[in-house]
Amino acid sequence: MSSVAARVDSDQQLARLLQIGVVLEEVVEARAHRHYQTLPADERDDDIEDLLSHASEESAEHRRLLESLIEELNAESIPFEDVKDLVAQSYGKTGPEDFDGVLYDQLHGEETAYKFYDDLLDAVEASDAEFGVDRTELLETLRAIREAEAGGVEAVAKLMEDRA
Amino acid sequence: MNTADQYLKTIFLVEQLHDGPAATGELADRLGVSPASVNEMIGKLEERGLVTHEKYKGASVTDDGEALAREALQTYCILERFLANVLDVDDFRAEARQLEPVIDETVADRLDMIIDREPQCPDCFDADEDACELLVEERVEADD
Repeated sequence: MSSVAARVDSDQQLARLLQIGVVLEEVVEARAHRHYQTLPADERDDDIEDLLSHASEESAEHRRLLESLIEELNAESIPFEDVKDLVAQSYGKTGPEDFDGVLYDQLHGEETAYKFYDDLLDAVEASDAEFGVDRTELLETLRAIREAEAGGVEAVAKLMEDRA
Repeated sequence: MNTADQYLKTIFLVEQLHDGPAATGELADRLGVSPASVNEMIGKLEERGLVTHEKYKGASVTDDGEALAREALQTYCILERFLANVLDVDDFRAEARQLEPVIDETVADRLDMIIDREPQCPDCFDADEDACELLVEERVEADD
């Protein structure tokens, strides 16, 4: 039986959502940097290069934090390396083709990631379940990542404004 | 996915299964809520013009309700396919039902970038199987 409530009730559910977070990090942030690198040289810009490079590093850090939470949970999980190839294959078929497209895609990606962590935090807070990972550590980590995503949204939006 | 969308999707699927209005009891079972909660939500959806309700028969989605139900079903299909094909989850149906309330459609749209979904989605969703019929076929072939 399912339930319409947005609530995380077990280690298994939490682990799966954190895994989705790991994949999302790769899909929403690393891809923009990768796409940027495929643009012609005259369309590149140092500020954007820095921003996307930073976003990519931040994404790797978020993945590391999420993976260490997953390791503490009593749940089955597959290693990130196993899904990385699949994510990489998608770069070629779904990428934006111009500079503004790359930036817009990055903005949308950061907003999506923010929404994901916001919903996940609500779902953890709505639950009384005891998880294999310390609840305070879990909430603090997720809040920190959410804040970083909010900062990412602001940074991309500002850059887009400056270019307008 | 928000609660209203989960209801619309379920009403739409139960209507397809029985070729008629979705009974309150069945909706309550499938959604894991009380019949009173179902009646309350159906009233709200009726006020928004998304559902019609006939006493002793059940609920049906309107054209506007169906459009939203199909979008919700598409989000659900993405989640099932992502769990099955990317995270290699055997019981992808049960896990998709558990995770559905937490996954927003904008998040599902991003996950959609790394799965192969047919353009006719969600028409290929099999309400009996509670999964995309193409995904079920793929899983059977992979097991053979």
